[in-house]
Amino acid sequence: MNVSPSDKVSEESFSKRQRFSRIAVNVIKRPEIGSIGGAILVFIVFFTLAEPFRSLGPWSTILYQTATLGVPAVGVALLMIGGQFDLTAGVGVVTSALAGAMFTTQISGNLWFGVVFALFVSLLIGAVNGILLVKTKLHSFLVTLGTFLMLQGGNIAITKLVTGRVSTTDISTFPGFDSAHAIFAARFHIFSLSISIILVYWLVLVAIATWILTRTTVGNWIFAVGGEESSARAVGVPVDKMKIALYMGVGFCGWLLGMHELMAYQTVASGGGKGNELLYIAEAVVGGCLLTGGYGSAIGSAVGALVFGMTTQGIIYANWNSNWFMFFVGLMLLAATVFNGWVRRRVM
Amino acid sequence: MENKKPFIELSNVGKVFGAIRALKDINLSVELGMVSCVLGDNGAGKSTLISIISGLYSPTEGDYLVDGEKKLFSSPRDALDLGISTVYQGLAMVPLMPVWRNFFLGSEISTGRGLARRLDRSKMKQIAADALKEMGIVIKDMEQTVNTLSGGQRQCVAIARAIHFGARVLILDEPTAALGVKQSGVVLKYIASAARDAGVGVIFITHNPHHAYMVGDSFTILSQGEIGLTARRSEVSVDDLIYRMSGGAELESLEHELANV
Repeated sequence: MNVSPSDKVSEESFSKRQRFSRIAVNVIKRPEIGSIGGAILVFIVFFTLAEPFRSLGPWSTILYQTATLGVPAVGVALLMIGGQFDLTAGVGVVTSALAGAMFTTQISGNLWFGVVFALFVSLLIGAVNGILLVKTKLHSFLVTLGTFLMLQGGNIAITKLVTGRVSTTDISTFPGFDSAHAIFAARFHIFSLSISIILVYWLVLVAIATWILTRTTVGNWIFAVGGEESSARAVGVPVDKMKIALYMGVGFCGWLLGMHELMAYQTVASGGGKGNELLYIAEAVVGGCLLTGGYGSAIGSAVGALVFGMTTQGIIYANWNSNWFMFFVGLMLLAATVFNGWVRRRVM
Repeated sequence: MENKKPFIELSNVGKVFGAIRALKDINLSVELGMVSCVLGDNGAGKSTLISIISGLYSPTEGDYLVDGEKKLFSSPRDALDLGISTVYQGLAMVPLMPVWRNFFLGSEISTGRGLARRLDRSKMKQIAADALKEMGIVIKDMEQTVNTLSGGQRQCVAIARAIHFGARVLILDEPTAALGVKQSGVVLKYIASAARDAGVGVIFITHNPHHAYMVGDSFTILSQGEIGLTARRSEVSVDDLIYRMSGGAELESLEHELANV
């Protein structure tokens, strides 16, 4: 074949353009892309409207909010990629904190035993959710709606039974508090930012979850279980074990946040946590997780948490009625879902 | 070539489910490097036959021989260990996952130790790309998700995967059933090359006599759980297959009756 010089040049520039467009497609194909756009948008809005957004100090609170919203969302995101819901993720945090507090004050006396007991309870809740799901073959929404209601009622009823009140007694006088506080609720300063250690744990969790999802066999299996369960089963993926483990992962995240809240506030109100499970799911969805499973990322859930963290504080700093928060959560959820779906249809 | 020793041999195999007789007196032999077509209408017993060969059911009558030895499988795993691999219509693929991840799903290659143990992504991509290329399937990007492939390509990836993981006999369950003419062509070409180039024995299950005749070396027609016809390629024409498939004589008498209405 004869190739004239001009042909060659155009061919080269074509392939260069093609390579560029492939990189562009790979970037836009990332599940997080919608949430990153959303985060930038929210930042610009509040940067313009709320004066405190422009200085560093208030970001201590914004980042703290983000981390507490983000920790359970990491577990929830992995679970959703695995194709399941967990409605106990919100009250599970409180259950864990209550279990730790009451075990310490009533039985062990040392806070660290309470911490270990709380971990046991959290993992047990996850395992029970998972086993119920696998055994009954019901939809995860239904199974965890049941366990969610049980926990919600049980939290208050058992607390009343044990302490006679609706919240636990102060744990700060018990042995082990200082070390536990240092581990779960320490604060340190970077410039004028006051950083809670939970923020560090959250970032570590996101990194580990991302590693697991994209770089390990288990991650491959999580995507497969959520994407096409029968196929995963056919090639020998232990589908049931994966589901149970994913629920226990949500339990672990709940425990981490629960211990932070216990050490930071020393008492636990037994009625808390309701409604947060939907926020965690919303963060994961804004971050690109599909409700139907098999697609998403842990980083996306983190950006989703940042979007909601900026929104809660931004609304306060802009002197709006705080009830607008839920309004914006809903609005962003819809916008992100529509946008993510549009991108996926375009490039995949 | 005609007298090659069969790798799989079914002799007088039958299967009874309670009061229902699904298969009776089935004789079938599969040679390596050859395409054996099993044709039949819905309900002819094709699925039961697949299930027996792939080790899901054991036959209630007759013998199942692999490489001349009598076998009794308790699970598909046993059959798979002998290199008998089934590609079902669902293909066991995950649509939203990249080609290379699908290729190695359940048989991932890892590298590193302890906490640093991770998927060997570049190696898996390379192996998958090579295995596909060797079979003449061109997929530009291993990161492409499976749902962006055409139906024919998807089928071919599933077949290439089975061959890569040591399949000596491939059972293909209606691989062209859901495909258009062009895509069917891609898959048929691929079936022929799997047998000829990779030396795999193929059991091609189909209800399409045209497709069967294009690639088949031998033909077995099932009807109502029994063998209606067994023939080598040299012994039949595509018209014979069509005639026998469509019920032949029965259809002729029906035509007669209709003509007199």
